[in-house]
Order: sequence, then C-alpha cells, then structure tokens
Amino acid sequence: MAALMAGFGLYTHAIVRRIPASLAKEALRTSEAEVDVDKARGEHDAYVEVLRTRLGLDVVDLPADESFPDCVFVEDAAVVCGDTALITRPGAESRRGETEAMKRALKALNLNVVEMTDENATLDGGDVLFTGREFFVGLSSRTNQRGAEILADAFKDYAVSTVPVLASLHLKSFCSMGGPGLIVIGSSEPAQKALKIMQQMSDHCYDKLTVPDDFAANCIYMNLPDKGHVLLHCTAEQYPESFKVFEKLKDYTLIPVSNMEKVKVDGALTCCSILINKKGSI
Amino acid sequence: MTTEVGSETEVKEKAEESADQPDQSEKATEETQEVASAEGEEKGKEKEGKGISKFLPTWLKKQKSLSQTSPTKEAALKEEAISVEKQEEEGPAPEVNGLADEVPEKEAVKSEQLKEKEEKPHSKASTDTEPAKEEKVDESVEKSPEETKETTEGQGVEEEKKEQEGEVQGEGEGGGGGEEGQTSIFQSPLRLVRKTKMKLVVCHVTLLDGTDFSCEVEKRAKGQFLFFKVCDHLNLLEKDYFGLTYKDNHEQTSCLDPMKEIKRQIRSNNWQFAFNVKFYPPDPSLLSEDITRYLLCLQLREDVASGRLPCSFVTHALLGSYTLQAEFGDYEPDQPRPVDFMSQLNFAPSQNKEMEEKILELHKSHRGMTPAQADAQFLENAKKLSMYGVDLHHAKDSEGVDIMLGVCANGLLVYKDRLRINRFAWPKILKISYKRNNFYIKIRPGETEQFESTVGFKLQNHRSAKRLWKVCVENHSFFRLNTPEPPTKPRFLTLGSKFRYSGRTQAQTRTASSLIDRPAPRFERTSSKRISRSLDGAPMISITEAGRDSAENGREHRLDDSKVKTVDVSPGDVEDTSAQSPLRVHVDNIYDHDKTQDEVLKHQASISQLKRSFMEAPPPSPPQTNQWEKRLTSSPATAVRVQQQQVVSEPHAEAAAAAAAAADFTISDTKESAKTAEVEIEETVVIQEVSKATKPALITVTTDSPASAPTDQETREPEVTVQEEVAVPKDAKAAKQESVSSESESEEEAEYHPNVSVSLSHTQIPEEKEEEDKENEDETAEQNMLAPDVSSHQAETSHPAEDISGGVVESQKEDMKKNAENEKEGRETEDSTDDLMMTPEETPNGVALSEEAVAAHVEEEPEPRINGEPRPQVICYSEPPVVKTEMVTISDTFAAQKTEIATKEVPIVHTETKTITYEAAQLDGTGDGEPGVLMTAQTITSESLCTTTTTHITKTLKGGLSETRIEKRIVITGDCDIDHDKALAQAIKEAKEQHPDMSVTRVVVHKETELAEEEED
Repeated sequence: MAALMAGFGLYTHAIVRRIPASLAKEALRTSEAEVDVDKARGEHDAYVEVLRTRLGLDVVDLPADESFPDCVFVEDAAVVCGDTALITRPGAESRRGETEAMKRALKALNLNVVEMTDENATLDGGDVLFTGREFFVGLSSRTNQRGAEILADAFKDYAVSTVPVLASLHLKSFCSMGGPGLIVIGSSEPAQKALKIMQQMSDHCYDKLTVPDDFAANCIYMNLPDKGHVLLHCTAEQYPESFKVFEKLKDYTLIPVSNMEKVKVDGALTCCSILINKKGSI
Repeated sequence: MTTEVGSETEVKEKAEESADQPDQSEKATEETQEVASAEGEEKGKEKEGKGISKFLPTWLKKQKSLSQTSPTKEAALKEEAISVEKQEEEGPAPEVNGLADEVPEKEAVKSEQLKEKEEKPHSKASTDTEPAKEEKVDESVEKSPEETKETTEGQGVEEEKKEQEGEVQGEGEGGGGGEEGQTSIFQSPLRLVRKTKMKLVVCHVTLLDGTDFSCEVEKRAKGQFLFFKVCDHLNLLEKDYFGLTYKDNHEQTSCLDPMKEIKRQIRSNNWQFAFNVKFYPPDPSLLSEDITRYLLCLQLREDVASGRLPCSFVTHALLGSYTLQAEFGDYEPDQPRPVDFMSQLNFAPSQNKEMEEKILELHKSHRGMTPAQADAQFLENAKKLSMYGVDLHHAKDSEGVDIMLGVCANGLLVYKDRLRINRFAWPKILKISYKRNNFYIKIRPGETEQFESTVGFKLQNHRSAKRLWKVCVENHSFFRLNTPEPPTKPRFLTLGSKFRYSGRTQAQTRTASSLIDRPAPRFERTSSKRISRSLDGAPMISITEAGRDSAENGREHRLDDSKVKTVDVSPGDVEDTSAQSPLRVHVDNIYDHDKTQDEVLKHQASISQLKRSFMEAPPPSPPQTNQWEKRLTSSPATAVRVQQQQVVSEPHAEAAAAAAAAADFTISDTKESAKTAEVEIEETVVIQEVSKATKPALITVTTDSPASAPTDQETREPEVTVQEEVAVPKDAKAAKQESVSSESESEEEAEYHPNVSVSLSHTQIPEEKEEEDKENEDETAEQNMLAPDVSSHQAETSHPAEDISGGVVESQKEDMKKNAENEKEGRETEDSTDDLMMTPEETPNGVALSEEAVAAHVEEEPEPRINGEPRPQVICYSEPPVVKTEMVTISDTFAAQKTEIATKEVPIVHTETKTITYEAAQLDGTGDGEPGVLMTAQTITSESLCTTTTTHITKTLKGGLSETRIEKRIVITGDCDIDHDKALAQAIKEAKEQHPDMSVTRVVVHKETELAEEEED
C-alpha cells in the first residue's frame, strides 16, 4: 500500500558516473594531495560493482566528461527522494554543467524532475541529509539558504532544517544515516555540534553512532529485500578505529569499501552515487 | 422583570448574609445534614448539581461562594442553580409566571435553597425541575446524547424562556441571572445560558463539511454553550480537539473562548462561527471513534486543498485517492463519472489533470477499503506531513527578519520561508510571555550553559502577540500537561495571566474517550451520503448531512486562513480562568505573592525554580490582589512549582517558632519547608484506565493519618452535599477573583510558564495555598471564627468531592496532578476542584477549596487548623507527641490527597524535622484498601541523603471500571542540609527517565522538628 515515508533505505536503482582523467589535476579539493587516477578508477569500479553485483541494484553508469573533473561525485548534482528529483545548482561554478547529464538520466527513470533555476541559489547534494523523516541541509560554502528553500519547496512533505557547516566541505563530510533513525557522526567538535543542532531541530529522536574519524562517518545505508540492513563503510586500512566501531553493528551486512583516492578530492562514499527507489514509489 | 431582578439580588444578599453569619456555618452543617437526608430525594439533583458544578464557570461558582459562605448555602446554591437551570430550561416561563407571585420565591427559593436548602425549594424546583433534573443528570454524565437531549430540551426551554423572557429578562440580566448562568454554563450548553429570560440570538456555524448549522442561543450564552450544541448536532463526543472560531473586528480569525460570553467576544453583531479542529492529534489512530476521525479528515482535506497544509504532488494524489475511497467507495469502471467529476473536487491548490489521473489510479488500488479505513489511511499519511498541526504566525526576529513561528504539539518552531531554522521543544521553554507586540520565550539553559536565555520576537501588533501567546499556552497545556495517562476528567490548565486553557488536556480527553461506550454513531459522509459502516458495524443514526467534500466547502468553514486558537475576547471573561489559574499560576510563579495577609507567603516555583527560589529566597512581596492575579496569570501552571507553605502563619506561637526553627523560613513557607531536614518525595504514577480514582486519594489520606481517616470519612458523607454547595460559592468567589484578576491584568502583557514535564505541573500549589496559608496563619483561629462554615466546609468539601463522585474525584486527582491544568473546563471534576480552589480564595478563612489548596491547607492548615481543626479532611494526625510537622504539599494532588497530606498536629510546635513530600498520585488509601503489588523497592544511601523508591502496581475493579495504578513513591530523607530542590529534581528526573509517562501527583515536604518529644508514628 502506498504510504509516505515508508521503506527508508530501500533502493532499486543507482546512478553513478565514470571518473574523468581531469580529476587528478583539476578536481576541486581542500587539500594539496595528488590523486592517482588509475587507483581512483579501480576503487570506483569496485564500488560500482558492489552496487550492481553484490546488492543487485540497477546501475545507470554515466560516461565521464573531461570538462567536469568532479563529475564522478554525482550526489551533488541531484537530490532524489521518493519519485521526485531535484536538480541542484552546485555551489562550485565549475560543476554546474554536471547537472545536464544527471537530468537526462533522472528523466529517463521517469522521476518527477524539479530544477533549481534561481540564480541566487546554490545547493550541493552533499549538504543534504535525508533521515527518512526529514531533511537537514548544511549551509556551507557550497550551499546557501536559498538553495535550501528551494529544496524545501520541492519536498513539501518533509521538514527541512538548516545546519551551519563551518569546518568541512559538506554536511555529509562528517555524518550520514546508518539506519532508520541512526545518525553516524564523526567525533570532531564541529561534527558533534552539528549533531546537537540537528537533534534540537528535530521532532524525532535519533540514535547516534559516533566514529573517531569524521570522514568515516560517511557511509551508505540500505535496507534491501533479502539482504536486510546493508552498510557500505570505510575499510580497516583507511580508518582502523572507525572500522572497529562499524564492526560492532549487529544484524548488518557490512561491506567495507575502499575510498583512499577519492577522499583526496573530498569524495566520500555517498558522493559517488545517487540511490533511487522506483518500486515503492506511488 | 425588575421584580425578579430584585429577587435575585435579594438572593445574593441573602446568600451574603448567610455567609456573613458565622452561625450559619453551623446551620449550614445542619443544613448539609438535612441536605444529606434530603439527598436521597435530591441525589439526582445533587449529581446533577455536581455535574453542573463541574461545568459551572468558575466565576459563577465564585460568586456563589462569595455570596454564600456556608457550604449549605452553597449546596443550596447548587441545587438552586440546578433548579434554576431546570426552571430555566423547562420552567423558566412557569417560573416567570410564578414569579409574579413567587418571583421572590423563585429567587427567594434560590436564596432559600441556598440558605435553607429546604425541601420546598426542591419541591418547587422539583416540579419545575424534575425534568430538568433528568436532563441535568444526563448532562453530568457528559455524554453527548445527554447533551443533545439537553440541548433539545434546552432549546425548547429557551423558546419557553423567550415567551416568558419578556417578563424574565430583567432577571436574567440581573445578578441572579449571572449566578444561574454560571452554573448552567459548565454543564451543558443549555445551562450555559443564563437565565432564559435573555434574548435569543441565532448563531450560524459553518461545519467542516461545509454545511451550516443554525441554532438559537441566549444572547449572554457562553461560547461553550454554542460549542456543545454544535457537538451535539454532530454527535461528537471527542470534542476536545475541536473548537469554534469567529472573525473579529480585524478580520482575524479568533477562537471562541468557551468560558466567555459569546457576545463579548464577537463584539460586532456578526454571529457567524466556524467549527474547526483546534488541536490536531499527533496520532489520529488513537482517537476512539470513527466520527472523530472523519471530522478530522474533513478539516485536513480543507487544509490540504487550501494549501495550508503543504504537501507534494504524490501526497496530494495519495490523500485524494483516500478521499475518493472514503466518499465514493470502490472505483467502479463500469460507472464512469462525468468528465468534470474530478475537477469538481478540490484536492489541491494546484490541481491539474495529471494529478487527477494519479488520484484515480491510486483510487483503484484501494478496492475493498471501507470509508473508515480510508479515513484512517488518509490520516496516517497526513499526520506525517511536517506541517501537520503546526499553527503559523507571522513574526520578525530580533533583527527584523521576517520569520514564521509555528506552534505545535511538541513546541515552538521557527521558520524562515519554508526552512526550519530553530525549534524550541516545550520542555526547553521555561516561560512564555508577551508584552505589547513582543513575544518572549525563556529558554532553559543547556547542558553547558549556566543561565537561561530569553528569545524575543516581534509580532505585527499587540493582538497578534497575545494571540500567539494564547495559542502557545493552549497547545502546551493540551499536549504537554496531561499526564500520559490522564484520568478521564478534564483538566483545566492554567495559563498565564488571565488566560488559561479551559479544556481538557489531550491525556484527559484520551482517557475520557476510552470510556466512550456507545455503538459507533452513524454518520453520513458528505459526498457519498453513504452510511459509513463503522468497523464495528454498529448501527447508527445519521447525524450529519454532508453536502460535499470538505475540500470545496472547506475554506468557508474556516473563518480565517490562519487558525487562531487563541481567544481574543474581552479580558474580563478570561478572568474565570485566571481565577482558577491564580492558584496554579502562583504555583508556577516563583513570585512571592502577598496576599492580603502579610504573614503567610507562599512561593511556588517549578522545580528548577525551586532551586532558584531557594537560592534566592525571594522574600514575599506583599503585592496587591491585582498583582497577585497578575502573577497568577503570568505564571502558567505548566511549570512544576513546589510550593512550600509554612505553618508559621499559624496563630500558635509555637508553630511560628517551629517554623523559624525550621530554618530559614521566615515568612516564606516554601523556602522554609525546603530547608527542612527531611524531604520526602513521593512520586506516584497513576495510570488510571478508568476515571474512578478518587477514592484512592482519600485512602492515601487515611494512610497518612489513620486517626484522621475516620474523621474524614464521617465528615465526608455530610460533606458531600456541602461540597457541592461549596463549590458553587467557590465559583462565585472564583468569578470574583477572576474578574479582579482580569481587571488587574493588563492585556498588554502576560506570562505563561510552561512547565516541565507533566509531573512538574502537579507541583503547583497555587496561590490558594498561599492564601490558605495566610488565612491559616492569620486566621487559624479566625478560620474557626470567620469561616467556621468554611473550614468545616472545606474539609468536608474536599472529602465530599472525592466521595461524591468517583469520577469527580478522579478528575480531581488528575486535576490535582496537573495542577496547572486544573482549571479546565470546570467539568465535574474540575468544577469540584475549582470550586474547592475557589472557595479558599473567596472565603476569608482560606477555605481554599481547591483541592490543591485544600491539600496545602491540609498540610499547612493542619497545624493551624488543627487547633481549630475545622477540617476533618486534613486531619492527618501526626500523633500528638510529634512535635510539629510541616507538610508542604507541592502536589497537584487532588483534594483527596491534600486531605491526606495535612497531617500535622499542632500541639507541639517545635519543628526540627521538615518533611517535604511531593505527592503526585494518591497513595493507596485505606479506603481503597487495595493492596498494591510491590514491584520494586530500592534504597540508595549517600552521605546525607537516603532515597527510597518503592513501586506499587495496583489494579482495581470498580463498578466495572478497571483501574491500574502504578505508583512510585520516592522518599528522600536527610538529616539536615539537604538540597531539597536538587534531590527532588534528581529523583523526579530519574523516575521520569524510567517512566516517561509518569506524572508527579504530589510532592510533600515534611518537616519534622524533633525538638518535640516524640515524632509522629
């Protein structure tokens, strides 16, 4: 039966995009790290393979575009909830063009596509945390109030609360959903502060799972038929301490995914895919 | 008729006279006895009266109380009131006619009844009244069917009245009318109408299905009267979620205050109203009846269609499909609808073909779903919408930025455009106030913060600030103040200044609706006209004719886009609430209220405030009555306030000495008590499935003071009558107070302290206590003297209330628990409670009838009174040897508890040990004699504190009602320097964590001075 806000974590499709060679030199980054494109591609292939083979999602694999070095991070280009997709207006001007391919892909999936046309609005999908019951939008260097308002307009069913993001690139640079009502949060002070704000702003109660590394707090939760709770998270190699925390989760199918290279250009696990549920939609 | 008027006034005078006459108290007692004897005859009446009293507006009661000091008189008043009502309803005309001859008699009868309670009046009344009695009884039951009957009858009566009114009007308008009207108001709409002699006015009410309902009401009828009429028309029992609105002079939609006269609210002569949902239940599946859900659906359809409740395309389609299923049944491809069928239905503000197709598509998938199921599914989805139940108000923040303030069940939300930029949950809010066009909330300090902060918003104007404030008060009261397991009875929440929420809290209404025992009523859904089959399949009577989907008409229904829940009405009207509230308010308020009497000062504070108050030890300020009232208003009961009353006031030097010994207590009782060495915190979580809980409270009392118990019982019986009577006078008093308060209060500003958790609310011991204390102190002796009647009455009153109607008692208990909330509709319980409360105020002696007050009295008074021991109730005896125990009840407890609490013997004044008892629920009383099951017992001993926690689970079957009470009693005992506040707060906090639903029924601070020879057993 159709119902609102049912089946958090249930996905049937995923949209990913290939890594352009320009990523190595031109992709935006907050650090000075050098990126090995081949290694990054290897990681990304493994990541996509997990989605496609291990989890059985229908993966829409968009080709890379050399003119958009950051195009692999598809999450920032659109926000999909239910069967509504909001095409964003990325905060980085160099990335605005990434949305074209995304829009086509989403329309091809018969989603109700909404575009953010206001030139005063910016929004990166990485700043949007959907908890299943509401949205939190990080106000960051990439996302502004107007962008959040348009998102609220696009998803009228849900409360949209804003959270200041000061110390990191995106809201989801230090948090993500680890399950229904479970927020995985980094242990840094800004992360904890942001969590407090989110808790205060919400009518709902969330559990939290604190991991030592902020970046490790970015993981991908799914609730798939036949597989139950699935969590894609960091590897022991990358964040050993945080890995131990994830290891303690019970009744989860835990899938460590390596992300050593993409992280150098601020790419987290959630950044590399857009997850869509076509089945449960009304 | 002037003559009649005169008679009424005479009555009043008589009443006053009676009040004036100390002897009358005796008489009153005698009368009461007589009454008791007569009760057999009048039982029905009494019941009615009780019921009535419940419904009676406080101020009416007050007036009565004022006028009638003696309980008997009061009782008589009640009876009279009843009779009057009856007369009004049935025989107003006859009365009128008779009045010529009997006018004096009628009024006199009233007066006589008041004074004498003779059977004559009864007989007279009975003749006229008997039918009325029946009606009244029904009314008391509160069941809608009854009400409907009443209404119908009432209408007839009204008509009669009209006829006769020409004659009677004078009276009705006269003071007498006021009294009667008051009484009547509470119970049933009919009664709400003051004497029928008034002119009738036709009210037009737009219902949720878009149809109009017209009815006649007396010009001076209160809002509640009309509201009940509408509910009767709709066959709606779960009416607490609904309300009436009207357009004020500024084209703003305002809520019709049930406790105020309609005429004074609408101001313009436009008697147009709309019936709307006032409180959106967070979980509609918990509603008891399909008809309630249906009405909620109608409201929400309109909300959605108008865009007031924003939702996405998909949600529009889904909700629309459920609407189709509910209204038209299964999708029938064989019977194609007209092409424009869908477009004629209004589902969304931006409805288009695509949406209509989606709706039809989804509609197909609902095959087989009954209308009730479709409604339920509609609500299940609608309730998840983020703006569900959020009442938006335009405002500006401190920097002048346009924002929206959203009031909802969970707290206050701050929006900028569509974004939520802040949220203040009710528990985080310490105080809500407004001043001119500013609206302030005081925020509880966070974990890392030391001081509370105040956030201010600018509203468009003073009216909108006040409206917002009222909405906040109402929502907080309704959703927050109830104990999760509120007993059946309605509780009145005291709101800040004049205004308080006068309805039941959600918890109460849930409890009440759980008692609904009727076949699911039949009702027609507008569009389909199909009879909805309730899931039960019970047959029903179609009540409503539905015109169409609410969506189409919906907008019309609502007078204003922004539903204003607040009532802007005249300040004066509000006062009723305030009168009740004052007590509670005071509780909440940390303020020191000096009442007339200098001596006793009472401090009420929320637990948090308690700490502060202790710390700061605010000296009692001798504020004027007005100030007092203001305070009352200002501090809503919500906050848990622990009032500690000192017995100091007691005439006995000893007591004073004891108090002094107690430590810091100088004048302020509260503080003193706090200082006491021993602090007992009893938290009782009472989950009453059934409304009958009262007796337990009594039991508790007995428990405390076994010796006293017998007395109480004895007293109780006779008292019962008294109580009723008393209640009336109380109301009158209350009314007076209210009026005063209202006057005193400036509409310009008001404060409301939302309290902490439900439990906290209990704590509030209103001003009454203070008053009582004062009275006690000052008048301990005096009480006997001045209010001999009162004192006896009080004691009696409290008991009787409990004894009389279990329901009442329960309600009282609940009320008490929720002290803040106590002032509710004034329904049965409340009324009684209120009455009780009121009386104290009015009665010089501090007969504070309010249960709380009583409790306070009991504790406090016990000592002083012990001397006189006018009150049987309070008679908790600590044994003579016991030096002196100061009991400070911070409870919301019901009168019963209060009664119990007061256990101090005054003989020896030395006070070394103080016991602060926080009693939330009633202890298992001897009366119940129900052995509880001891679930857990835990004792934690630290350096200076010994905390013992015991949990009892009691199941009782009474009259077919099963009641499960889980009581947790926490006793904190310490030698000397205990931070009571802290210990108390901690204990409550811990208990709350374990049982979030629990409510603190009672907090008793027991100070025992060991100086005395022996302590209590």
